Amino acid sequence: MTPFAYRSAANCAEALSLGTGGDVRFLGGGTNLVDLLRQNVESAAQLVDVSRLSGSIDETDNGSLLIGASVTNSALAAHPLVRSRYPMLSRALLAGASAQIRNMATVGGNVMQRTRCVYFYDADGARCNKRQPGSGCDAIGGFNRYHAILGASQDCIATHPSDMCVALVALDALVHLDGPDGQRTMPLAGFHQLPGTHPEIETVLQPGELITAIELPPATTATTNSEYRKVRDRSSYAFALIAVAGGLEVVDGKVADVRIALGGVAAKPWRAERAEAALRGSPATRANFMAAAAEELAPAQPLDGNAFKIGLVQRTIAAVLTSLAGDQA
Amino acid sequence: MPISINGADYPLPDDPRVSLLDLLREREGLTGTKLGCNQGACGACTVLLDGERVLSCLTLAVQAEGREVVTIEGLTGDGEELHPLQQAFIDHDGFQCGYCTPGQICSAIAMAQELRRGDPSHVTADLASGPNGPTREEIRERMSGNLCRCGAHNGIVEAIEVLLAGEAA
Repeated sequence: MTPFAYRSAANCAEALSLGTGGDVRFLGGGTNLVDLLRQNVESAAQLVDVSRLSGSIDETDNGSLLIGASVTNSALAAHPLVRSRYPMLSRALLAGASAQIRNMATVGGNVMQRTRCVYFYDADGARCNKRQPGSGCDAIGGFNRYHAILGASQDCIATHPSDMCVALVALDALVHLDGPDGQRTMPLAGFHQLPGTHPEIETVLQPGELITAIELPPATTATTNSEYRKVRDRSSYAFALIAVAGGLEVVDGKVADVRIALGGVAAKPWRAERAEAALRGSPATRANFMAAAAEELAPAQPLDGNAFKIGLVQRTIAAVLTSLAGDQA
Repeated sequence: MPISINGADYPLPDDPRVSLLDLLREREGLTGTKLGCNQGACGACTVLLDGERVLSCLTLAVQAEGREVVTIEGLTGDGEELHPLQQAFIDHDGFQCGYCTPGQICSAIAMAQELRRGDPSHVTADLASGPNGPTREEIRERMSGNLCRCGAHNGIVEAIEVLLAGEAA
Protein backbone atom coordinates (compact mmCIF):
# COMPACT_ATOMS: atom_id res chain seq x y z
CA MET A 1 0.00 0.00 0.00
CA THR A 2 1.36 3.40 -0.91
CA PRO A 3 1.04 6.01 1.87
CA PHE A 4 -2.10 8.10 2.09
CA ALA A 5 -3.59 10.69 4.42
CA TYR A 6 -6.89 10.01 6.16
CA ARG A 7 -9.64 12.41 7.18
CA SER A 8 -13.04 11.58 8.58
CA ALA A 9 -15.82 13.88 7.40
CA ALA A 10 -18.41 14.98 9.98
CA ASN A 11 -20.93 16.14 7.38
CA CYS A 12 -21.50 16.35 3.65
CA ALA A 13 -20.15 19.88 3.25
CA GLU A 14 -16.93 18.89 4.97
CA ALA A 15 -16.65 15.75 2.83
CA LEU A 16 -17.03 17.80 -0.34
CA SER A 17 -14.45 20.37 0.71
CA LEU A 18 -12.00 17.61 1.64
CA GLY A 19 -12.81 15.74 -1.57
CA THR A 20 -11.64 18.41 -3.99
CA GLY A 21 -8.22 18.15 -5.54
CA GLY A 22 -6.65 15.20 -7.26
CA ASP A 23 -6.20 11.65 -6.08
CA VAL A 24 -8.78 11.73 -3.29
CA ARG A 25 -11.07 8.76 -2.63
CA PHE A 26 -14.21 8.69 -0.53
CA LEU A 27 -14.13 5.74 1.88
CA GLY A 28 -17.27 3.89 2.96
CA GLY A 29 -17.01 0.54 4.72
CA GLY A 30 -13.69 -0.18 3.03
CA THR A 31 -14.58 -3.73 2.00
CA ASN A 32 -13.50 -3.05 -1.58
CA LEU A 33 -11.33 0.08 -1.49
CA VAL A 34 -9.03 -1.07 1.36
CA ASP A 35 -8.47 -4.33 -0.51
CA LEU A 36 -7.75 -2.53 -3.80
CA LEU A 37 -5.26 -0.22 -2.06
CA ARG A 38 -3.56 -3.17 -0.37
CA GLN A 39 -3.27 -5.05 -3.68
CA ASN A 40 -1.82 -1.92 -5.34
CA VAL A 41 -4.63 -1.95 -7.88
CA GLU A 42 -5.49 1.54 -6.69
CA SER A 43 -3.59 4.24 -4.88
CA ALA A 44 -4.69 7.51 -3.32
CA ALA A 45 -3.10 10.58 -1.76
CA GLN A 46 -5.98 10.99 0.66
CA LEU A 47 -8.98 9.02 1.86
CA VAL A 48 -12.01 10.95 3.05
CA ASP A 49 -14.09 8.71 5.32
CA VAL A 50 -17.78 9.31 4.62
CA SER A 51 -19.02 6.27 6.53
CA ARG A 52 -20.28 8.45 9.40
CA LEU A 53 -22.50 10.57 7.14
CA SER A 54 -26.23 9.98 6.69
CA GLY A 55 -27.14 6.47 7.76
CA SER A 56 -30.90 6.93 7.93
CA ILE A 57 -33.76 5.44 5.93
CA ASP A 58 -36.75 7.78 5.68
CA GLU A 59 -40.10 7.60 3.95
CA THR A 60 -40.87 10.84 2.11
CA ASP A 61 -44.26 12.53 1.85
CA ASN A 62 -44.93 11.02 -1.58
CA GLY A 63 -44.15 7.48 -0.39
CA SER A 64 -40.61 7.20 -1.72
CA LEU A 65 -37.88 5.73 0.45
CA LEU A 66 -34.76 7.86 0.88
CA ILE A 67 -31.74 5.79 1.87
CA GLY A 68 -28.64 7.59 3.16
CA ALA A 69 -25.44 6.59 1.36
CA SER A 70 -23.84 5.37 4.59
CA VAL A 71 -26.62 2.93 5.47
CA THR A 72 -25.03 -0.50 5.77
CA ASN A 73 -26.10 -3.40 3.56
CA SER A 74 -27.27 -5.24 6.71
CA ALA A 75 -29.43 -2.37 7.92
CA LEU A 76 -31.03 -1.90 4.50
CA ALA A 77 -31.76 -5.62 4.06
CA ALA A 78 -33.38 -5.83 7.51
CA HIS A 79 -35.48 -2.65 7.24
CA PRO A 80 -39.21 -3.46 7.63
CA LEU A 81 -40.33 -1.28 4.70
CA VAL A 82 -37.72 -2.77 2.37
CA ARG A 83 -38.71 -6.30 3.39
CA SER A 84 -42.42 -5.65 2.83
CA ARG A 85 -42.48 -3.27 -0.16
CA TYR A 86 -39.28 -4.07 -2.08
CA PRO A 87 -38.47 -7.70 -1.18
CA MET A 88 -36.21 -8.15 -4.22
CA LEU A 89 -33.85 -5.59 -2.66
CA SER A 90 -33.67 -7.37 0.70
CA ARG A 91 -33.14 -10.65 -1.14
CA ALA A 92 -30.38 -9.22 -3.34
CA LEU A 93 -28.53 -7.78 -0.34
CA LEU A 94 -28.84 -10.99 1.66
CA ALA A 95 -27.50 -12.98 -1.30
CA GLY A 96 -24.34 -10.86 -1.35
CA ALA A 97 -21.04 -11.35 0.51
CA SER A 98 -21.10 -12.48 4.17
CA ALA A 99 -22.75 -11.13 7.31
CA GLN A 100 -19.49 -9.47 8.38
CA ILE A 101 -19.07 -7.70 5.03
CA ARG A 102 -22.73 -6.65 4.91
CA ASN A 103 -22.27 -5.05 8.34
CA MET A 104 -19.41 -2.94 6.96
CA ALA A 105 -20.44 -2.25 3.36
CA THR A 106 -22.38 0.94 2.69
CA VAL A 107 -24.97 1.68 0.02
CA GLY A 108 -22.76 4.32 -1.62
CA GLY A 109 -19.74 2.05 -1.56
CA ASN A 110 -21.71 -0.83 -2.99
CA VAL A 111 -22.70 1.32 -5.99
CA MET A 112 -19.06 2.34 -6.46
CA GLN A 113 -17.48 -1.10 -6.04
CA ARG A 114 -15.23 -2.25 -8.84
CA THR A 115 -15.18 -5.44 -10.86
CA ARG A 116 -13.93 -8.72 -9.40
CA CYS A 117 -12.24 -9.69 -12.68
CA VAL A 118 -9.14 -11.61 -11.55
CA TYR A 119 -7.01 -9.96 -14.23
CA PHE A 120 -8.02 -6.52 -12.95
CA TYR A 121 -6.83 -7.60 -9.49
CA ASP A 122 -3.56 -9.12 -10.69
CA ALA A 123 -1.51 -5.91 -10.76
CA ASP A 124 1.81 -7.76 -11.06
CA GLY A 125 0.95 -10.46 -13.56
CA ALA A 126 -1.83 -9.47 -15.95
CA ARG A 127 -2.70 -6.87 -18.54
CA CYS A 128 -5.89 -4.91 -17.90
CA ASN A 129 -7.25 -1.91 -19.77
CA LYS A 130 -9.36 -0.92 -16.80
CA ARG A 131 -6.40 -0.85 -14.41
CA GLN A 132 -3.88 0.45 -16.92
CA PRO A 133 -5.54 1.97 -20.01
CA GLY A 134 -4.05 0.74 -23.27
CA SER A 135 -2.21 -2.23 -21.76
CA GLY A 136 -4.53 -4.91 -23.16
CA CYS A 137 -7.00 -7.43 -21.73
CA ASP A 138 -5.89 -10.86 -20.54
CA ALA A 139 -9.46 -11.90 -19.74
CA ILE A 140 -10.27 -12.07 -23.46
CA GLY A 141 -8.91 -15.50 -24.37
CA GLY A 142 -8.26 -16.21 -20.69
CA PHE A 143 -10.38 -17.65 -17.87
CA ASN A 144 -13.65 -15.86 -18.57
CA ARG A 145 -16.31 -18.02 -16.92
CA TYR A 146 -17.41 -15.02 -14.86
CA HIS A 147 -17.28 -12.39 -17.58
CA ALA A 148 -19.78 -10.36 -19.60
CA ILE A 149 -22.04 -11.57 -22.39
CA LEU A 150 -23.83 -8.24 -22.98
CA GLY A 151 -22.43 -4.78 -23.67
CA ALA A 152 -18.76 -5.79 -23.54
CA SER A 153 -16.09 -4.40 -25.87
CA GLN A 154 -12.83 -5.47 -27.45
CA ASP A 155 -11.07 -3.67 -24.59
CA CYS A 156 -12.93 -5.06 -21.58
CA ILE A 157 -15.29 -7.91 -20.70
CA ALA A 158 -15.54 -7.30 -16.95
CA THR A 159 -18.83 -7.51 -15.04
CA HIS A 160 -20.17 -5.30 -12.28
CA PRO A 161 -20.23 -7.45 -9.12
CA SER A 162 -23.07 -5.87 -7.13
CA ASP A 163 -26.26 -7.75 -6.25
CA MET A 164 -27.83 -4.69 -4.63
CA CYS A 165 -27.52 -2.57 -7.77
CA VAL A 166 -29.36 -5.15 -9.88
CA ALA A 167 -32.41 -4.88 -7.64
CA LEU A 168 -32.11 -1.08 -7.44
CA VAL A 169 -32.09 -0.74 -11.22
CA ALA A 170 -35.17 -2.98 -11.48
CA LEU A 171 -36.88 -0.74 -8.90
CA ASP A 172 -36.16 2.45 -10.94
CA ALA A 173 -33.96 3.78 -8.11
CA LEU A 174 -32.55 7.30 -8.30
CA VAL A 175 -29.09 8.25 -7.13
CA HIS A 176 -28.58 11.59 -5.35
CA LEU A 177 -25.24 13.27 -5.94
CA ASP A 178 -23.57 16.33 -4.46
CA GLY A 179 -20.39 17.92 -5.73
CA PRO A 180 -18.43 21.05 -6.64
CA ASP A 181 -21.11 21.98 -9.21
CA GLY A 182 -24.03 21.36 -6.86
CA GLN A 183 -26.60 18.66 -6.33
CA ARG A 184 -28.19 16.46 -8.97
CA THR A 185 -30.40 13.39 -9.09
CA MET A 186 -30.38 10.78 -11.83
CA PRO A 187 -31.66 7.24 -12.52
CA LEU A 188 -29.20 4.64 -11.25
CA ALA A 189 -29.73 2.86 -14.58
CA GLY A 190 -27.75 5.66 -16.26
CA PHE A 191 -25.02 5.86 -13.63
CA HIS A 192 -22.76 2.94 -14.63
CA GLN A 193 -21.14 2.99 -18.06
CA LEU A 194 -20.41 0.24 -20.57
CA PRO A 195 -16.67 -0.15 -21.28
CA GLY A 196 -16.40 0.89 -24.95
CA THR A 197 -12.87 2.07 -25.62
CA HIS A 198 -12.52 3.52 -22.09
CA PRO A 199 -13.15 0.76 -19.56
CA GLU A 200 -11.36 2.80 -16.90
CA ILE A 201 -14.38 5.15 -16.90
CA GLU A 202 -17.02 3.20 -14.99
CA THR A 203 -19.59 5.79 -13.94
CA VAL A 204 -20.78 9.30 -14.76
CA LEU A 205 -19.55 10.54 -11.38
CA GLN A 206 -17.52 13.73 -11.74
CA PRO A 207 -14.29 14.47 -9.82
CA GLY A 208 -15.12 15.46 -6.24
CA GLU A 209 -18.72 14.32 -6.59
CA LEU A 210 -20.23 12.19 -3.80
CA ILE A 211 -23.21 9.83 -3.66
CA THR A 212 -25.38 11.12 -0.82
CA ALA A 213 -28.49 8.94 -1.07
CA ILE A 214 -30.48 6.40 -3.04
CA GLU A 215 -34.18 7.01 -3.59
CA LEU A 216 -36.70 4.25 -4.21
CA PRO A 217 -39.90 5.43 -5.94
CA PRO A 218 -43.18 4.52 -4.21
CA ALA A 219 -43.94 0.80 -4.10
CA THR A 220 -46.22 -0.78 -6.70
CA THR A 221 -47.62 -4.28 -7.13
CA ALA A 222 -44.60 -5.20 -9.26
CA THR A 223 -42.08 -4.04 -6.64
CA THR A 224 -43.91 -5.80 -3.83
CA ASN A 225 -44.44 -9.02 -5.80
CA SER A 226 -40.75 -9.37 -6.53
CA GLU A 227 -37.79 -11.63 -5.95
CA TYR A 228 -34.08 -11.99 -6.63
CA ARG A 229 -32.53 -15.22 -7.80
CA LYS A 230 -28.75 -15.61 -7.83
CA VAL A 231 -26.93 -18.52 -9.47
CA ARG A 232 -23.38 -19.11 -8.22
CA ASP A 233 -20.71 -21.77 -7.92
CA ARG A 234 -21.40 -22.37 -4.22
CA SER A 235 -24.60 -21.76 -2.32
CA SER A 236 -23.37 -18.88 -0.16
CA TYR A 237 -20.62 -16.25 0.00
CA ALA A 238 -19.81 -16.18 -3.71
CA PHE A 239 -20.19 -13.66 -6.50
CA ALA A 240 -22.90 -14.32 -9.05
CA LEU A 241 -22.45 -16.26 -12.24
CA ILE A 242 -25.75 -14.65 -13.19
CA ALA A 243 -28.59 -13.12 -11.21
CA VAL A 244 -32.14 -12.03 -12.00
CA ALA A 245 -34.20 -9.41 -10.18
CA GLY A 246 -37.83 -9.73 -11.20
CA GLY A 247 -41.11 -8.03 -10.34
CA LEU A 248 -44.51 -8.80 -11.81
CA GLU A 249 -48.12 -7.63 -11.80
CA VAL A 250 -50.64 -9.82 -13.59
CA VAL A 251 -54.18 -8.59 -14.32
CA ASP A 252 -56.72 -10.86 -16.01
CA GLY A 253 -53.98 -13.29 -16.99
CA LYS A 254 -51.93 -10.61 -18.72
CA VAL A 255 -48.73 -8.84 -17.74
CA ALA A 256 -49.73 -5.39 -16.46
CA ASP A 257 -46.29 -4.45 -15.16
CA VAL A 258 -42.95 -6.22 -15.19
CA ARG A 259 -39.44 -5.43 -13.94
CA ILE A 260 -36.41 -7.46 -14.96
CA ALA A 261 -32.76 -6.66 -14.29
CA LEU A 262 -29.75 -8.93 -14.70
CA GLY A 263 -26.51 -9.28 -12.78
CA GLY A 264 -23.30 -11.01 -13.80
CA VAL A 265 -23.82 -10.35 -17.50
CA ALA A 266 -22.43 -6.85 -18.15
CA ALA A 267 -20.27 -4.01 -16.82
CA LYS A 268 -23.42 -2.50 -15.37
CA PRO A 269 -26.58 -3.82 -13.76
CA TRP A 270 -28.56 -4.70 -16.90
CA ARG A 271 -32.18 -3.63 -17.16
CA ALA A 272 -33.87 -6.08 -19.54
CA GLU A 273 -35.89 -3.48 -21.41
CA ARG A 274 -36.44 -5.62 -24.51
CA ALA A 275 -37.89 -8.47 -22.48
CA GLU A 276 -40.07 -6.10 -20.47
CA ALA A 277 -41.44 -4.45 -23.63
CA ALA A 278 -42.17 -7.84 -25.19
CA LEU A 279 -44.10 -8.96 -22.11
CA ARG A 280 -46.27 -5.93 -21.31
CA GLY A 281 -49.85 -6.76 -22.25
CA SER A 282 -49.00 -10.37 -23.15
CA PRO A 283 -50.45 -13.45 -21.46
CA ALA A 284 -48.40 -14.32 -18.38
CA THR A 285 -47.26 -17.75 -19.51
CA ARG A 286 -43.93 -19.52 -19.14
CA ALA A 287 -43.67 -19.78 -22.93
CA ASN A 288 -43.96 -16.01 -23.23
CA PHE A 289 -41.43 -15.49 -20.41
CA MET A 290 -38.96 -17.75 -22.24
CA ALA A 291 -39.55 -15.97 -25.56
CA ALA A 292 -39.06 -12.54 -24.01
CA ALA A 293 -35.88 -13.71 -22.30
CA ALA A 294 -34.58 -15.03 -25.63
CA GLU A 295 -35.24 -11.63 -27.19
CA GLU A 296 -33.24 -9.92 -24.46
CA LEU A 297 -30.32 -12.29 -24.93
CA ALA A 298 -30.36 -12.17 -28.74
CA PRO A 299 -27.48 -9.64 -28.91
CA ALA A 300 -25.38 -11.66 -26.42
CA GLN A 301 -21.79 -12.33 -27.41
CA PRO A 302 -20.47 -15.35 -25.53
CA LEU A 303 -16.80 -16.11 -24.91
CA ASP A 304 -15.01 -19.46 -24.65
CA GLY A 305 -15.80 -19.81 -20.96
CA ASN A 306 -19.24 -18.30 -20.48
CA ALA A 307 -21.58 -19.35 -23.31
CA PHE A 308 -23.56 -21.30 -20.69
CA LYS A 309 -24.74 -17.97 -19.26
CA ILE A 310 -27.10 -17.33 -22.19
CA GLY A 311 -29.31 -20.32 -21.52
CA LEU A 312 -28.92 -19.96 -17.77
CA VAL A 313 -30.15 -16.35 -17.82
CA GLN A 314 -33.13 -17.22 -20.01
CA ARG A 315 -34.24 -20.12 -17.83
CA THR A 316 -33.72 -18.10 -14.65
CA ILE A 317 -35.81 -15.18 -15.97
CA ALA A 318 -38.58 -17.62 -16.89
CA ALA A 319 -38.35 -19.36 -13.51
CA VAL A 320 -38.51 -16.10 -11.55
CA LEU A 321 -41.47 -14.73 -13.52
CA THR A 322 -43.32 -18.05 -13.40
CA SER A 323 -42.86 -18.11 -9.64
CA LEU A 324 -44.10 -14.51 -9.34
CA ALA A 325 -47.12 -15.22 -11.56
CA GLY A 326 -48.11 -18.05 -9.22
CA ASP A 327 -51.53 -19.44 -10.08
CA GLN A 328 -52.20 -16.50 -12.40
CA ALA A 329 -49.85 -17.94 -15.03
CA MET B 1 -10.31 9.88 20.55
CA PRO B 2 -8.85 6.45 21.35
CA ILE B 3 -10.20 3.02 20.38
CA SER B 4 -11.74 0.93 23.12
CA ILE B 5 -10.51 -2.66 22.92
CA ASN B 6 -11.98 -5.14 25.40
CA GLY B 7 -12.81 -2.23 27.69
CA ALA B 8 -9.40 -0.52 27.67
CA ASP B 9 -8.43 2.54 25.63
CA TYR B 10 -5.73 2.31 22.96
CA PRO B 11 -4.31 5.17 20.88
CA LEU B 12 -4.87 5.42 17.14
CA PRO B 13 -1.90 4.47 14.96
CA ASP B 14 0.01 7.32 13.31
CA ASP B 15 -0.10 5.59 9.93
CA PRO B 16 -3.67 5.30 8.60
CA ARG B 17 -2.68 2.25 6.53
CA VAL B 18 -2.62 0.09 9.68
CA SER B 19 -5.59 -2.28 9.67
CA LEU B 20 -7.54 -2.95 12.84
CA LEU B 21 -6.22 -6.51 12.61
CA ASP B 22 -2.58 -5.39 12.55
CA LEU B 23 -3.21 -2.94 15.37
CA LEU B 24 -4.58 -5.77 17.51
CA ARG B 25 -1.90 -8.33 16.71
CA GLU B 26 1.28 -6.42 15.96
CA ARG B 27 0.96 -3.34 18.17
CA GLU B 28 -1.15 -4.42 21.13
CA GLY B 29 -0.17 -8.08 21.37
CA LEU B 30 -3.76 -9.33 21.11
CA THR B 31 -2.89 -12.30 18.92
CA GLY B 32 -6.13 -14.21 19.47
CA THR B 33 -7.57 -12.58 16.36
CA LYS B 34 -6.06 -14.36 13.35
CA LEU B 35 -4.70 -13.20 10.01
CA GLY B 36 -6.02 -15.50 7.30
CA CYS B 37 -6.49 -14.26 3.75
CA ASN B 38 -6.13 -10.54 4.57
CA GLN B 39 -8.65 -9.78 1.81
CA GLY B 40 -12.09 -10.48 3.22
CA ALA B 41 -12.54 -14.03 2.00
CA CYS B 42 -12.10 -16.22 5.11
CA GLY B 43 -13.48 -14.59 8.27
CA ALA B 44 -10.54 -15.58 10.52
CA CYS B 45 -10.09 -11.93 11.58
CA THR B 46 -13.72 -11.43 12.69
CA VAL B 47 -14.14 -9.14 15.72
CA LEU B 48 -17.07 -7.23 17.21
CA LEU B 49 -17.22 -3.50 16.46
CA ASP B 50 -19.87 -1.71 18.53
CA GLY B 51 -21.33 -5.16 19.05
CA GLU B 52 -21.60 -6.16 15.39
CA ARG B 53 -19.32 -8.64 13.58
CA VAL B 54 -16.89 -7.16 11.07
CA LEU B 55 -13.65 -8.15 9.34
CA SER B 56 -10.71 -6.48 11.07
CA CYS B 57 -8.45 -7.04 8.04
CA LEU B 58 -10.56 -4.71 5.87
CA THR B 59 -11.15 -2.15 8.63
CA LEU B 60 -8.61 0.63 8.90
CA ALA B 61 -7.78 1.09 12.58
CA VAL B 62 -8.45 4.83 12.27
CA GLN B 63 -12.03 4.02 11.25
CA ALA B 64 -12.57 2.50 14.69
CA GLU B 65 -11.85 5.78 16.45
CA GLY B 66 -14.19 6.26 19.39
CA ARG B 67 -15.76 2.84 18.89
CA GLU B 68 -15.75 -0.34 20.97
CA VAL B 69 -13.87 -3.40 19.76
CA VAL B 70 -14.30 -6.80 21.40
CA THR B 71 -11.98 -9.65 20.46
CA ILE B 72 -11.80 -13.30 21.49
CA GLU B 73 -9.72 -12.21 24.51
CA GLY B 74 -12.58 -10.02 25.74
CA LEU B 75 -15.48 -12.46 25.61
CA THR B 76 -15.28 -14.04 29.04
CA GLY B 77 -16.98 -12.48 32.03
CA ASP B 78 -15.45 -11.95 35.49
CA GLY B 79 -14.22 -15.22 36.98
CA GLU B 80 -15.18 -17.10 33.84
CA GLU B 81 -12.41 -19.21 32.32
CA LEU B 82 -14.20 -19.84 29.05
CA HIS B 83 -17.20 -18.31 27.33
CA PRO B 84 -19.99 -20.92 27.07
CA LEU B 85 -19.52 -21.02 23.30
CA GLN B 86 -15.79 -21.73 23.71
CA GLN B 87 -16.71 -24.70 25.93
CA ALA B 88 -19.29 -25.83 23.38
CA PHE B 89 -16.64 -25.78 20.63
CA ILE B 90 -14.47 -28.07 22.79
CA ASP B 91 -17.37 -30.38 23.61
CA HIS B 92 -18.47 -30.75 19.99
CA ASP B 93 -15.10 -30.85 18.21
CA GLY B 94 -15.73 -27.47 16.60
CA PHE B 95 -12.10 -27.24 15.48
CA GLN B 96 -9.00 -29.19 14.56
CA CYS B 97 -6.09 -26.81 14.07
CA GLY B 98 -7.98 -23.98 15.78
CA TYR B 99 -6.81 -21.19 13.51
CA CYS B 100 -10.29 -20.13 12.38
CA THR B 101 -11.83 -20.63 15.84
CA PRO B 102 -11.57 -17.10 17.32
CA GLY B 103 -13.24 -15.71 14.20
CA GLN B 104 -15.88 -18.44 14.25
CA ILE B 105 -16.72 -17.74 17.89
CA CYS B 106 -16.87 -13.94 17.57
CA SER B 107 -18.98 -14.37 14.44
CA ALA B 108 -21.38 -16.82 16.11
CA ILE B 109 -21.92 -14.56 19.13
CA ALA B 110 -22.98 -11.69 16.87
CA MET B 111 -25.04 -14.09 14.76
CA ALA B 112 -27.01 -15.15 17.85
CA GLN B 113 -27.86 -11.51 18.46
CA GLU B 114 -28.97 -11.06 14.82
CA LEU B 115 -31.28 -14.07 15.19
CA ARG B 116 -32.71 -12.68 18.44
CA ARG B 117 -33.42 -9.41 16.62
CA GLY B 118 -35.27 -11.30 13.90
CA ASP B 119 -32.94 -10.18 11.08
CA PRO B 120 -33.65 -12.23 7.94
CA SER B 121 -31.02 -14.23 6.03
CA HIS B 122 -30.73 -15.55 2.49
CA VAL B 123 -32.51 -18.77 3.52
CA THR B 124 -35.29 -17.15 5.56
CA ALA B 125 -38.48 -18.24 3.81
CA ASP B 126 -40.70 -15.35 4.92
CA LEU B 127 -38.99 -11.96 4.89
CA ALA B 128 -41.82 -10.25 6.74
CA SER B 129 -41.95 -12.58 9.73
CA GLY B 130 -38.21 -13.26 9.87
CA PRO B 131 -36.24 -16.41 10.66
CA ASN B 132 -38.10 -19.47 11.89
CA GLY B 133 -35.70 -20.11 14.78
CA PRO B 134 -32.05 -21.19 14.79
CA THR B 135 -32.36 -24.08 12.33
CA ARG B 136 -29.23 -25.80 11.02
CA GLU B 137 -29.96 -24.26 7.61
CA GLU B 138 -30.08 -20.75 9.11
CA ILE B 139 -26.89 -21.31 11.12
CA ARG B 140 -24.98 -22.66 8.11
CA GLU B 141 -26.02 -19.75 5.88
CA ARG B 142 -25.33 -17.13 8.56
CA MET B 143 -21.89 -18.60 9.30
CA SER B 144 -20.85 -18.85 5.64
CA GLY B 145 -18.43 -15.94 6.06
CA ASN B 146 -16.19 -18.09 8.28
CA LEU B 147 -14.27 -20.81 6.48
CA CYS B 148 -12.69 -23.82 8.22
CA ARG B 149 -10.06 -25.49 6.06
CA CYS B 150 -9.88 -28.48 8.42
CA GLY B 151 -13.53 -29.17 7.68
CA ALA B 152 -14.87 -28.91 11.23
CA HIS B 153 -18.04 -27.19 10.05
CA ASN B 154 -20.38 -29.93 11.34
CA GLY B 155 -18.94 -29.61 14.84
CA ILE B 156 -19.08 -25.82 14.62
CA VAL B 157 -22.77 -25.87 13.70
CA GLU B 158 -23.47 -28.35 16.51
CA ALA B 159 -21.70 -26.17 19.07
CA ILE B 160 -23.70 -23.12 17.99
CA GLU B 161 -26.94 -25.12 18.01
CA VAL B 162 -26.26 -26.15 21.61
CA LEU B 163 -25.58 -22.56 22.64
CA LEU B 164 -28.77 -21.29 20.98
CA ALA B 165 -30.84 -24.16 22.35
CA GLY B 166 -29.59 -23.23 25.84
CA GLU B 167 -30.70 -19.65 25.26
CA ALA B 168 -34.15 -20.71 24.14
CA ALA B 169 -34.63 -23.05 27.13
